[in-house]
Amino acid sequence: MPAIEIKGLTKDFLVGFWKKHPVRALDNLDLSVEKGEVFGFLGPNGAGKTTTLKILMSLLRPTSGSARILGEPIDVVSMHARIGYLPENPYFYDYLTARELLTYVGRLFGIRQPALNRKVSQLLENVGLGQSGGIQLRKFSKGMIQRVGIAQALVNDPEVVFLDEPMSGLDPLGRREVRQVVASLKSRGVTVFFSSHILPDVEALCDRVAIMNRGRLQATGALNEILKVRIEGHEVILTGAGPRTIEALSGMCDQITALGERLVLRAGNSAQVAAIVECALSGGADLLSVIPIRPSLEDYFFEEITGTGL
Amino acid sequence: MRILAIARNTFRENIRDKILYNLILFALIMILSSVALGQLTLGHEDKVIVDLGLTSISVFGTLIAIFIGISLVHKEIEKRTVHALLAKPVHRAEFIAGKFLGLLFTLFINTAIMTAGLILTLMWHGGAGLQGYLRLLPAVYLIFLSLSLTTALALLFSTFSTPALSALFTFFLWVIGHFNYDLREFGRLTKSGALQSLCTTLYYLLPNFANFELIGSQNVIQGAAYYRPIDAAAVGWVSVYGALYGAILLGIAAAVFSRRDFK
Repeated sequence: MPAIEIKGLTKDFLVGFWKKHPVRALDNLDLSVEKGEVFGFLGPNGAGKTTTLKILMSLLRPTSGSARILGEPIDVVSMHARIGYLPENPYFYDYLTARELLTYVGRLFGIRQPALNRKVSQLLENVGLGQSGGIQLRKFSKGMIQRVGIAQALVNDPEVVFLDEPMSGLDPLGRREVRQVVASLKSRGVTVFFSSHILPDVEALCDRVAIMNRGRLQATGALNEILKVRIEGHEVILTGAGPRTIEALSGMCDQITALGERLVLRAGNSAQVAAIVECALSGGADLLSVIPIRPSLEDYFFEEITGTGL
Repeated sequence: MRILAIARNTFRENIRDKILYNLILFALIMILSSVALGQLTLGHEDKVIVDLGLTSISVFGTLIAIFIGISLVHKEIEKRTVHALLAKPVHRAEFIAGKFLGLLFTLFINTAIMTAGLILTLMWHGGAGLQGYLRLLPAVYLIFLSLSLTTALALLFSTFSTPALSALFTFFLWVIGHFNYDLREFGRLTKSGALQSLCTTLYYLLPNFANFELIGSQNVIQGAAYYRPIDAAAVGWVSVYGALYGAILLGIAAAVFSRRDFK
Protein backbone atom coordinates (compact mmCIF):
# COMPACT_ATOMS: atom_id res chain seq x y z
CA MET A 1 0.00 0.00 0.00
CA PRO A 2 1.51 3.37 -0.98
CA ALA A 3 1.80 6.09 1.67
CA ILE A 4 0.19 8.62 -0.67
CA GLU A 5 -1.98 7.77 -3.65
CA ILE A 6 -3.44 10.49 -5.85
CA LYS A 7 -5.80 9.71 -8.73
CA GLY A 8 -7.04 12.22 -11.29
CA LEU A 9 -6.94 15.11 -8.81
CA THR A 10 -8.28 18.30 -10.38
CA LYS A 11 -9.03 21.67 -8.84
CA ASP A 12 -10.78 24.58 -10.51
CA PHE A 13 -11.02 27.93 -8.75
CA LEU A 14 -14.01 30.05 -9.71
CA VAL A 15 -12.99 33.64 -10.34
CA GLY A 16 -14.66 36.89 -11.37
CA PHE A 17 -17.31 38.96 -9.63
CA TRP A 18 -19.99 36.26 -9.99
CA LYS A 19 -17.42 33.45 -9.56
CA LYS A 20 -18.48 31.87 -12.83
CA HIS A 21 -15.16 31.54 -14.62
CA PRO A 22 -13.19 28.45 -13.68
CA VAL A 23 -9.42 28.63 -13.60
CA ARG A 24 -7.71 25.23 -13.45
CA ALA A 25 -5.03 25.16 -10.77
CA LEU A 26 -4.52 21.40 -10.82
CA ASP A 27 -5.18 19.16 -13.79
CA ASN A 28 -5.75 15.43 -13.49
CA LEU A 29 -2.82 14.65 -11.19
CA ASP A 30 -1.87 10.98 -10.74
CA LEU A 31 0.87 10.29 -8.24
CA SER A 32 1.99 7.59 -5.87
CA VAL A 33 4.53 7.85 -3.04
CA GLU A 34 5.82 4.74 -1.32
CA LYS A 35 6.26 4.40 2.43
CA GLY A 36 9.63 5.59 3.74
CA GLU A 37 10.38 7.70 0.66
CA VAL A 38 11.51 11.31 0.72
CA PHE A 39 9.56 12.64 -2.22
CA GLY A 40 10.26 16.03 -3.77
CA PHE A 41 7.35 17.89 -5.30
CA LEU A 42 8.89 20.46 -7.59
CA GLY A 43 7.70 23.26 -9.75
CA PRO A 44 7.89 27.00 -10.24
CA ASN A 45 5.49 29.34 -8.45
CA GLY A 46 1.92 28.70 -9.55
CA ALA A 47 2.63 25.11 -10.62
CA GLY A 48 -0.07 23.68 -8.32
CA LYS A 49 2.17 22.37 -5.54
CA THR A 50 0.47 24.17 -2.65
CA THR A 51 -2.99 23.48 -4.12
CA THR A 52 -2.17 19.75 -4.14
CA LEU A 53 -0.94 19.87 -0.55
CA LYS A 54 -4.01 21.81 0.59
CA ILE A 55 -6.29 19.24 -1.03
CA LEU A 56 -4.38 16.45 0.69
CA MET A 57 -4.83 18.31 4.00
CA SER A 58 -8.59 18.76 3.31
CA LEU A 59 -8.19 22.53 3.29
CA LEU A 60 -9.46 22.60 -0.29
CA ARG A 61 -12.06 20.31 -1.84
CA PRO A 62 -11.06 18.81 -5.18
CA THR A 63 -13.23 19.50 -8.21
CA SER A 64 -12.71 15.88 -9.22
CA GLY A 65 -10.43 12.97 -8.49
CA SER A 66 -9.49 11.39 -5.20
CA ALA A 67 -6.54 10.84 -2.89
CA ARG A 68 -5.64 8.46 -0.10
CA ILE A 69 -3.03 8.81 2.61
CA LEU A 70 -1.95 5.62 4.42
CA GLY A 71 -4.83 3.87 2.68
CA GLU A 72 -7.50 6.23 4.04
CA PRO A 73 -9.46 8.83 2.06
CA ILE A 74 -8.18 12.34 2.79
CA ASP A 75 -11.46 13.51 4.33
CA VAL A 76 -11.28 10.92 7.12
CA VAL A 77 -10.39 13.17 10.07
CA SER A 78 -8.88 10.38 12.20
CA MET A 79 -6.28 9.74 9.48
CA HIS A 80 -4.90 13.23 10.17
CA ALA A 81 -3.66 11.97 13.55
CA ARG A 82 -1.03 9.99 11.61
CA ILE A 83 0.31 12.82 9.47
CA GLY A 84 2.11 16.13 9.97
CA TYR A 85 1.87 19.30 7.89
CA LEU A 86 3.94 22.45 7.59
CA PRO A 87 2.05 25.07 5.55
CA GLU A 88 3.80 27.41 3.14
CA ASN A 89 4.87 30.67 4.88
CA PRO A 90 3.36 29.47 8.14
CA TYR A 91 1.81 31.84 10.64
CA PHE A 92 0.90 30.79 14.14
CA TYR A 93 -0.83 32.41 17.09
CA ASP A 94 1.59 35.21 17.86
CA TYR A 95 0.29 35.69 21.40
CA LEU A 96 1.52 32.19 22.31
CA THR A 97 5.04 31.18 23.19
CA ALA A 98 6.64 28.40 21.15
CA ARG A 99 6.13 26.02 24.08
CA GLU A 100 2.46 27.00 24.46
CA LEU A 101 1.84 26.48 20.73
CA LEU A 102 3.37 23.00 20.72
CA THR A 103 1.47 22.10 23.90
CA TYR A 104 -1.77 23.26 22.27
CA VAL A 105 -1.05 21.18 19.16
CA GLY A 106 -0.17 18.19 21.35
CA ARG A 107 -3.53 18.48 23.10
CA LEU A 108 -5.30 18.41 19.71
CA PHE A 109 -3.64 15.02 19.18
CA GLY A 110 -4.79 13.89 22.62
CA ILE A 111 -1.27 13.70 24.09
CA ARG A 112 -1.44 14.04 27.86
CA GLN A 113 0.93 15.40 30.49
CA PRO A 114 3.67 14.71 31.49
CA ALA A 115 4.53 13.00 28.18
CA LEU A 116 3.47 16.16 26.33
CA ASN A 117 5.92 18.36 28.26
CA ARG A 118 8.78 15.99 27.48
CA LYS A 119 7.77 15.81 23.81
CA VAL A 120 7.60 19.61 23.51
CA SER A 121 11.04 20.09 25.11
CA GLN A 122 12.57 17.47 22.84
CA LEU A 123 11.04 19.02 19.71
CA LEU A 124 12.20 22.50 20.66
CA GLU A 125 15.74 21.13 21.06
CA ASN A 126 15.53 19.28 17.73
CA VAL A 127 14.68 22.42 15.79
CA GLY A 128 17.23 24.57 17.61
CA LEU A 129 14.75 26.51 19.76
CA GLY A 130 15.59 24.99 23.13
CA GLN A 131 16.41 28.43 24.58
CA SER A 132 13.48 30.26 22.95
CA GLY A 133 10.53 28.14 24.09
CA GLY A 134 9.28 30.81 26.50
CA ILE A 135 9.30 33.69 23.99
CA GLN A 136 6.09 34.84 22.33
CA LEU A 137 5.96 34.00 18.62
CA ARG A 138 5.40 37.67 17.73
CA LYS A 139 9.04 38.23 18.68
CA PHE A 140 10.30 35.41 16.45
CA SER A 141 12.12 35.91 13.14
CA LYS A 142 10.78 34.28 9.98
CA GLY A 143 13.35 31.53 10.26
CA MET A 144 12.37 30.80 13.88
CA ILE A 145 8.69 30.64 12.88
CA GLN A 146 9.62 28.15 10.18
CA ARG A 147 11.38 26.00 12.79
CA VAL A 148 8.34 26.15 15.11
CA GLY A 149 6.27 25.17 12.07
CA ILE A 150 8.41 22.09 11.54
CA ALA A 151 8.20 21.22 15.24
CA GLN A 152 4.38 21.45 15.26
CA ALA A 153 4.27 19.14 12.25
CA LEU A 154 6.14 16.49 14.24
CA VAL A 155 4.34 16.65 17.60
CA ASN A 156 2.37 13.44 16.93
CA ASP A 157 5.33 11.39 15.59
CA PRO A 158 3.66 11.24 12.17
CA GLU A 159 4.04 8.43 9.66
CA VAL A 160 3.83 10.86 6.74
CA VAL A 161 5.03 14.47 6.87
CA PHE A 162 4.05 17.10 4.33
CA LEU A 163 6.39 20.07 4.16
CA ASP A 164 5.39 22.98 1.92
CA GLU A 165 8.54 24.97 1.08
CA PRO A 166 10.25 24.12 4.39
CA MET A 167 13.45 26.01 3.49
CA SER A 168 11.63 29.26 2.83
CA GLY A 169 12.98 32.09 4.98
CA LEU A 170 15.79 30.04 6.50
CA ASP A 171 19.42 31.06 6.59
CA PRO A 172 22.10 28.52 5.52
CA LEU A 173 22.37 27.21 9.08
CA GLY A 174 18.61 26.79 9.33
CA ARG A 175 18.48 25.03 5.96
CA ARG A 176 21.14 22.63 7.11
CA GLU A 177 19.17 21.91 10.28
CA VAL A 178 16.02 21.23 8.27
CA ARG A 179 17.99 18.88 6.03
CA GLN A 180 19.14 17.08 9.17
CA VAL A 181 15.56 16.85 10.45
CA VAL A 182 14.40 15.37 7.13
CA ALA A 183 17.33 12.94 7.08
CA SER A 184 16.47 11.87 10.63
CA LEU A 185 12.82 11.34 9.64
CA LYS A 186 13.93 9.23 6.70
CA SER A 187 16.17 7.12 8.94
CA ARG A 188 13.12 6.42 11.14
CA GLY A 189 11.12 5.27 8.12
CA VAL A 190 8.86 8.35 7.97
CA THR A 191 7.54 9.26 4.52
CA VAL A 192 8.33 12.88 3.67
CA PHE A 193 6.46 14.73 0.93
CA PHE A 194 8.42 17.85 0.34
CA SER A 195 7.42 20.73 -1.92
CA SER A 196 10.08 23.12 -3.15
CA HIS A 197 11.34 25.08 -6.09
CA ILE A 198 14.95 25.07 -4.89
CA LEU A 199 16.81 22.30 -6.70
CA PRO A 200 19.87 21.86 -4.43
CA ASP A 201 17.65 21.17 -1.40
CA VAL A 202 15.70 18.60 -3.35
CA GLU A 203 18.83 17.00 -4.75
CA ALA A 204 20.27 16.69 -1.27
CA LEU A 205 17.20 15.07 0.26
CA CYS A 206 14.86 13.33 -2.15
CA ASP A 207 14.71 9.75 -3.37
CA ARG A 208 12.24 10.59 -6.11
CA VAL A 209 10.64 13.74 -7.41
CA ALA A 210 7.62 14.89 -9.36
CA ILE A 211 7.81 18.01 -11.48
CA MET A 212 4.73 20.16 -11.86
CA ASN A 213 4.10 22.98 -14.26
CA ARG A 214 0.90 24.97 -14.73
CA GLY A 215 -1.08 22.45 -12.70
CA ARG A 216 0.10 19.46 -14.67
CA LEU A 217 2.50 16.68 -13.82
CA GLN A 218 5.44 17.01 -16.20
CA ALA A 219 7.46 14.05 -15.05
CA THR A 220 8.08 11.78 -12.11
CA GLY A 221 11.00 9.57 -11.11
CA ALA A 222 14.57 10.01 -9.92
CA LEU A 223 15.72 13.61 -10.40
CA ASN A 224 18.58 12.79 -12.77
CA GLU A 225 16.28 10.73 -14.96
CA ILE A 226 13.52 13.22 -15.32
CA LEU A 227 15.71 16.26 -15.76
CA LYS A 228 17.61 14.18 -18.32
CA VAL A 229 20.59 15.81 -16.71
CA ARG A 230 23.56 16.13 -18.86
CA ILE A 231 26.76 17.52 -17.40
CA GLU A 232 27.50 20.58 -19.47
CA GLY A 233 30.97 20.88 -18.03
CA HIS A 234 32.85 21.23 -14.76
CA GLU A 235 33.96 24.15 -12.71
CA VAL A 236 37.28 23.65 -10.92
CA ILE A 237 38.19 26.18 -8.24
CA LEU A 238 41.79 26.49 -7.08
CA THR A 239 43.83 28.73 -4.86
CA GLY A 240 47.56 29.33 -4.42
CA ALA A 241 48.52 28.63 -8.04
CA GLY A 242 51.78 30.24 -9.19
CA PRO A 243 52.27 32.00 -12.58
CA ARG A 244 53.79 28.92 -14.20
CA THR A 245 50.95 26.70 -13.07
CA ILE A 246 48.41 29.24 -14.29
CA GLU A 247 50.09 29.34 -17.68
CA ALA A 248 50.07 25.55 -17.88
CA LEU A 249 46.43 25.37 -16.77
CA SER A 250 45.23 27.98 -19.25
CA GLY A 251 46.16 25.66 -22.10
CA MET A 252 44.21 22.77 -20.54
CA CYS A 253 40.79 24.35 -19.95
CA ASP A 254 38.05 26.07 -21.96
CA GLN A 255 37.97 29.17 -19.79
CA ILE A 256 39.98 30.53 -16.88
CA THR A 257 38.92 33.39 -14.59
CA ALA A 258 40.78 34.91 -11.64
CA LEU A 259 38.58 35.90 -8.68
CA GLY A 260 40.93 37.44 -6.11
CA GLU A 261 43.23 34.66 -5.00
CA ARG A 262 41.00 32.01 -6.51
CA LEU A 263 41.11 30.62 -10.01
CA VAL A 264 37.93 29.37 -11.62
CA LEU A 265 38.52 27.02 -14.53
CA ARG A 266 35.90 25.58 -16.81
CA ALA A 267 36.53 22.18 -18.34
CA GLY A 268 34.41 20.21 -20.79
CA ASN A 269 34.89 16.58 -19.79
CA SER A 270 36.14 14.39 -16.95
CA ALA A 271 39.51 13.65 -18.60
CA GLN A 272 40.18 17.39 -18.83
CA VAL A 273 39.22 17.80 -15.15
CA ALA A 274 41.59 15.02 -14.10
CA ALA A 275 44.46 16.60 -16.03
CA ILE A 276 43.73 20.04 -14.53
CA VAL A 277 43.61 18.67 -10.98
CA GLU A 278 46.85 16.76 -11.45
CA CYS A 279 48.62 19.76 -12.93
CA ALA A 280 47.33 22.11 -10.22
CA LEU A 281 48.27 19.85 -7.31
CA SER A 282 51.72 19.10 -8.72
CA GLY A 283 52.22 22.87 -9.21
CA GLY A 284 51.55 23.49 -5.49
CA ALA A 285 47.99 24.83 -5.79
CA ASP A 286 45.19 23.87 -3.42
CA LEU A 287 42.01 22.38 -4.85
CA LEU A 288 38.90 24.06 -3.40
CA SER A 289 36.14 22.37 -5.37
CA VAL A 290 35.08 20.57 -8.54
CA ILE A 291 31.47 21.26 -9.41
CA PRO A 292 29.61 19.68 -12.33
CA ILE A 293 27.73 22.31 -14.35
CA ARG A 294 24.15 21.19 -14.97
CA PRO A 295 21.04 22.94 -16.11
CA SER A 296 19.07 24.27 -13.11
CA LEU A 297 15.44 23.55 -12.47
CA GLU A 298 14.74 27.08 -13.64
CA ASP A 299 16.58 26.31 -16.91
CA TYR A 300 14.50 23.17 -17.25
CA PHE A 301 11.23 25.05 -16.88
CA PHE A 302 12.34 27.87 -19.10
CA GLU A 303 13.22 25.42 -21.82
CA GLU A 304 10.04 23.38 -21.31
CA ILE A 305 7.84 26.46 -21.41
CA THR A 306 9.55 28.04 -24.39
CA GLY A 307 9.58 24.62 -26.10
CA THR A 308 13.28 24.50 -26.77
CA GLY A 309 13.67 21.20 -24.85
CA LEU A 310 16.68 20.10 -22.95
CA MET B 1 -10.76 17.06 24.48
CA ARG B 2 -10.09 18.82 21.15
CA ILE B 3 -13.02 21.21 21.63
CA LEU B 4 -11.72 22.06 25.10
CA ALA B 5 -8.18 22.59 23.76
CA ILE B 6 -9.51 25.03 21.14
CA ALA B 7 -11.75 26.74 23.74
CA ARG B 8 -8.80 27.09 26.11
CA ASN B 9 -6.66 28.64 23.38
CA THR B 10 -9.47 31.02 22.38
CA PHE B 11 -9.83 32.09 25.99
CA ARG B 12 -6.08 32.67 26.19
CA GLU B 13 -6.27 34.72 22.96
CA ASN B 14 -9.08 36.84 24.41
CA ILE B 15 -7.41 37.53 27.74
CA ARG B 16 -4.26 38.65 25.93
CA ASP B 17 -6.30 41.12 23.85
CA LYS B 18 -6.16 44.73 25.09
CA ILE B 19 -9.64 45.60 23.79
CA LEU B 20 -11.11 43.31 26.45
CA TYR B 21 -9.50 45.17 29.33
CA ASN B 22 -10.51 48.54 27.90
CA LEU B 23 -14.13 47.48 27.75
CA ILE B 24 -14.11 45.95 31.26
CA LEU B 25 -12.50 49.10 32.63
CA PHE B 26 -15.13 51.29 30.98
CA ALA B 27 -17.88 49.08 32.39
CA LEU B 28 -16.46 49.27 35.92
CA ILE B 29 -16.10 53.06 35.63
CA MET B 30 -19.74 53.24 34.52
CA ILE B 31 -20.83 51.12 37.49
CA LEU B 32 -18.86 53.29 39.91
CA SER B 33 -20.14 56.52 38.37
CA SER B 34 -23.69 55.30 39.04
CA VAL B 35 -23.03 56.12 42.70
CA ALA B 36 -22.62 59.78 41.78
CA LEU B 37 -25.75 59.70 39.64
CA GLY B 38 -27.61 57.99 42.46
CA GLN B 39 -27.04 61.10 44.61
CA LEU B 40 -29.38 63.00 42.29
CA THR B 41 -32.32 60.77 43.17
CA LEU B 42 -33.39 60.98 46.78
CA GLY B 43 -34.22 57.59 48.23
CA HIS B 44 -33.62 55.72 44.97
CA GLU B 45 -29.82 55.56 44.98
CA ASP B 46 -29.74 51.75 44.98
CA LYS B 47 -32.19 51.59 42.07
CA VAL B 48 -30.03 53.90 39.97
CA ILE B 49 -26.89 51.94 40.81
CA VAL B 50 -28.51 48.60 39.92
CA ASP B 51 -30.16 50.09 36.81
CA LEU B 52 -26.94 51.58 35.48
CA GLY B 53 -24.82 48.65 36.65
CA LEU B 54 -26.89 45.96 34.92
CA THR B 55 -27.22 48.11 31.79
CA SER B 56 -23.42 48.53 31.75
CA ILE B 57 -22.94 44.77 32.08
CA SER B 58 -25.36 44.23 29.20
CA VAL B 59 -24.01 46.95 26.89
CA PHE B 60 -20.30 46.31 27.43
CA GLY B 61 -20.85 42.55 27.37
CA THR B 62 -22.60 42.96 24.02
CA LEU B 63 -19.72 45.09 22.71
CA ILE B 64 -17.23 42.39 23.79
CA ALA B 65 -19.39 39.63 22.26
CA ILE B 66 -19.65 41.50 18.94
CA PHE B 67 -16.11 42.87 18.66
CA ILE B 68 -14.36 39.68 19.68
CA GLY B 69 -16.97 37.34 18.15
CA ILE B 70 -16.79 38.83 14.65
CA SER B 71 -13.06 38.28 14.39
CA LEU B 72 -12.92 34.85 16.05
CA VAL B 73 -12.98 32.80 12.87
CA HIS B 74 -12.15 35.50 10.35
CA LYS B 75 -8.81 36.25 12.01
CA GLU B 76 -7.86 32.56 11.86
CA ILE B 77 -8.65 32.48 8.13
CA GLU B 78 -7.03 35.84 7.37
CA LYS B 79 -3.81 35.01 9.24
CA ARG B 80 -3.89 31.42 7.94
CA THR B 81 -3.48 29.95 11.44
CA VAL B 82 -6.43 27.75 10.49
CA HIS B 83 -4.34 25.92 7.87
CA ALA B 84 -2.08 24.16 10.35
CA LEU B 85 -4.99 23.61 12.73
CA LEU B 86 -7.44 21.97 10.34
CA ALA B 87 -4.73 19.66 9.01
CA LYS B 88 -4.80 18.10 12.48
CA PRO B 89 -7.48 15.55 13.45
CA VAL B 90 -9.99 18.33 14.11
CA HIS B 91 -13.53 18.36 12.68
CA ARG B 92 -14.54 21.77 11.47
CA ALA B 93 -17.62 21.63 13.71
CA GLU B 94 -15.28 21.02 16.67
CA PHE B 95 -13.34 24.13 15.69
CA ILE B 96 -16.53 26.23 15.69
CA ALA B 97 -17.70 24.75 19.00
CA GLY B 98 -14.29 25.37 20.58
CA LYS B 99 -14.15 28.99 19.42
CA PHE B 100 -17.68 29.57 20.75
CA LEU B 101 -16.98 28.00 24.13
CA GLY B 102 -13.73 29.96 24.45
CA LEU B 103 -15.47 33.29 23.97
CA LEU B 104 -18.40 32.19 26.13
CA PHE B 105 -16.01 31.47 28.98
CA THR B 106 -14.37 34.88 28.45
CA LEU B 107 -17.81 36.50 28.65
CA PHE B 108 -18.61 34.50 31.76
CA ILE B 109 -15.48 35.77 33.51
CA ASN B 110 -16.16 39.34 32.35
CA THR B 111 -19.76 39.20 33.51
CA ALA B 112 -18.63 37.77 36.86
CA ILE B 113 -16.06 40.59 37.29
CA MET B 114 -18.59 43.29 36.39
CA THR B 115 -21.26 41.74 38.65
CA ALA B 116 -18.76 41.59 41.51
CA GLY B 117 -18.00 45.27 40.81
CA LEU B 118 -21.71 46.09 40.97
CA ILE B 119 -22.30 44.18 44.21
CA LEU B 120 -19.22 45.73 45.83
CA THR B 121 -20.47 49.18 44.79
CA LEU B 122 -23.87 48.41 46.35
CA MET B 123 -22.24 47.07 49.53
CA TRP B 124 -20.02 50.12 49.75
CA HIS B 125 -23.10 52.27 49.36
CA GLY B 126 -24.92 50.24 52.02
CA GLY B 127 -27.90 48.73 50.20
CA ALA B 128 -30.33 45.86 50.50
CA GLY B 129 -28.07 43.25 52.05
CA LEU B 130 -27.06 39.81 50.82
CA GLN B 131 -30.62 38.62 49.99
CA GLY B 132 -31.14 41.67 47.82
CA TYR B 133 -27.88 41.24 46.01
CA LEU B 134 -28.62 37.59 45.32
CA ARG B 135 -31.81 38.68 43.58
CA LEU B 136 -29.65 40.43 41.01
CA LEU B 137 -28.23 37.11 39.87
CA PRO B 138 -31.21 35.93 37.74
CA ALA B 139 -31.04 39.25 35.88
CA VAL B 140 -27.30 38.78 35.35
CA TYR B 141 -27.95 35.23 34.16
CA LEU B 142 -30.48 36.47 31.57
CA ILE B 143 -28.01 39.10 30.38
CA PHE B 144 -25.42 36.33 30.00
CA LEU B 145 -27.89 34.25 27.94
CA SER B 146 -28.45 37.23 25.67
CA LEU B 147 -24.67 37.66 25.31
CA SER B 148 -24.32 33.97 24.41
CA LEU B 149 -26.82 34.35 21.60
CA THR B 150 -25.07 37.51 20.38
CA THR B 151 -21.78 35.58 20.35
CA ALA B 152 -23.32 32.74 18.33
CA LEU B 153 -24.67 35.29 15.82
CA ALA B 154 -21.30 37.05 15.51
CA LEU B 155 -19.55 33.70 15.12
CA LEU B 156 -21.97 32.62 12.38
CA PHE B 157 -21.32 35.78 10.37
CA SER B 158 -17.58 35.57 10.91
CA THR B 159 -17.50 32.17 9.13
CA PHE B 160 -18.32 33.75 5.78
CA SER B 161 -18.02 37.52 6.06
CA THR B 162 -15.54 40.27 6.84
CA PRO B 163 -15.37 41.66 10.42
CA ALA B 164 -16.96 44.97 9.37
CA LEU B 165 -19.92 43.30 7.67
CA SER B 166 -20.22 40.73 10.45
CA ALA B 167 -20.38 43.54 13.02
CA LEU B 168 -23.04 45.29 10.96
CA PHE B 169 -25.15 42.13 10.50
CA THR B 170 -24.84 41.15 14.17
CA PHE B 171 -25.70 44.63 15.41
CA PHE B 172 -28.59 44.86 12.93
CA LEU B 173 -30.09 41.57 14.15
CA TRP B 174 -29.40 42.50 17.77
CA VAL B 175 -31.42 45.72 17.35
CA ILE B 176 -34.26 44.05 15.43
CA GLY B 177 -34.24 41.25 18.01
CA HIS B 178 -35.18 43.80 20.68
CA PHE B 179 -38.24 44.90 18.72
CA ASN B 180 -39.52 41.45 17.78
CA TYR B 181 -42.80 41.88 19.69
CA ASP B 182 -43.42 45.17 17.85
CA LEU B 183 -42.83 43.37 14.56
CA ARG B 184 -45.52 40.84 15.44
CA GLU B 185 -47.92 43.60 16.57
CA PHE B 186 -47.29 45.46 13.33
CA GLY B 187 -48.24 42.28 11.44
CA ARG B 188 -51.45 41.94 13.45
CA LEU B 189 -52.45 45.52 12.79
CA THR B 190 -51.81 45.46 9.07
CA LYS B 191 -54.61 44.56 6.66
CA SER B 192 -52.31 42.90 4.14
CA GLY B 193 -52.26 39.12 4.53
CA ALA B 194 -48.84 38.85 2.87
CA LEU B 195 -47.31 41.44 5.18
CA GLN B 196 -48.90 39.72 8.16
CA SER B 197 -47.36 36.38 7.13
CA LEU B 198 -44.00 38.05 6.56
CA CYS B 199 -44.04 39.70 10.01
CA THR B 200 -45.10 36.46 11.72
CA THR B 201 -42.37 34.51 9.89
CA LEU B 202 -39.75 37.08 10.81
CA TYR B 203 -40.99 37.08 14.41
CA TYR B 204 -40.27 33.37 14.72
CA LEU B 205 -37.17 33.38 12.51
CA LEU B 206 -35.20 36.27 13.99
CA PRO B 207 -33.53 35.99 17.40
CA ASN B 208 -35.81 37.37 20.09
CA PHE B 209 -33.51 39.30 22.41
CA ALA B 210 -36.52 40.85 24.12
CA ASN B 211 -37.17 37.39 25.63
CA PHE B 212 -34.18 37.94 27.88
CA GLU B 213 -35.36 41.39 28.98
CA LEU B 214 -39.04 40.87 29.57
CA ILE B 215 -40.15 38.06 31.84
CA GLY B 216 -43.93 38.12 31.88
CA SER B 217 -44.59 41.79 31.50
CA GLN B 218 -41.77 42.75 33.85
CA ASN B 219 -38.58 44.33 32.59
CA VAL B 220 -35.80 42.23 34.09
CA ILE B 221 -33.44 45.12 34.87
CA GLN B 222 -36.22 47.27 36.29
CA GLY B 223 -37.40 44.38 38.44
CA ALA B 224 -33.89 43.71 39.69
CA ALA B 225 -33.50 47.39 40.57
CA TYR B 226 -36.37 46.95 43.03
CA TYR B 227 -34.98 43.54 44.09
CA ARG B 228 -38.15 41.85 42.85
CA PRO B 229 -37.99 38.07 42.37
CA ILE B 230 -38.18 36.68 38.82
CA ASP B 231 -40.46 33.81 37.80
CA ALA B 232 -38.11 30.80 37.76
CA ALA B 233 -40.24 28.78 35.29
CA ALA B 234 -40.15 31.65 32.80
CA VAL B 235 -36.38 31.90 33.19
CA GLY B 236 -36.21 28.16 32.49
CA TRP B 237 -38.20 28.50 29.24
CA VAL B 238 -36.05 31.41 28.12
CA SER B 239 -32.97 29.29 28.83
CA VAL B 240 -34.35 26.51 26.63
CA TYR B 241 -35.10 29.06 23.89
CA GLY B 242 -31.57 30.52 24.11
CA ALA B 243 -29.93 27.08 24.08
CA LEU B 244 -31.98 25.87 21.09
CA TYR B 245 -31.57 29.05 19.05
CA GLY B 246 -27.84 29.16 19.86
CA ALA B 247 -27.42 25.50 18.85
CA ILE B 248 -29.16 26.18 15.53
CA LEU B 249 -26.90 29.19 14.85
CA LEU B 250 -23.78 27.17 15.69
CA GLY B 251 -25.03 24.30 13.51
CA ILE B 252 -25.41 26.68 10.56
CA ALA B 253 -21.98 28.19 11.31
CA ALA B 254 -20.42 24.70 11.34
CA ALA B 255 -22.17 23.78 8.06
CA VAL B 256 -21.00 26.99 6.36
CA PHE B 257 -17.47 26.58 7.70
CA SER B 258 -17.33 22.93 6.61
CA ARG B 259 -18.00 23.92 3.01
CA ARG B 260 -15.27 26.56 2.91
CA ASP B 261 -12.12 26.28 0.85
CA PHE B 262 -8.97 27.75 2.42
CA LYS B 263 -6.88 29.14 -0.41
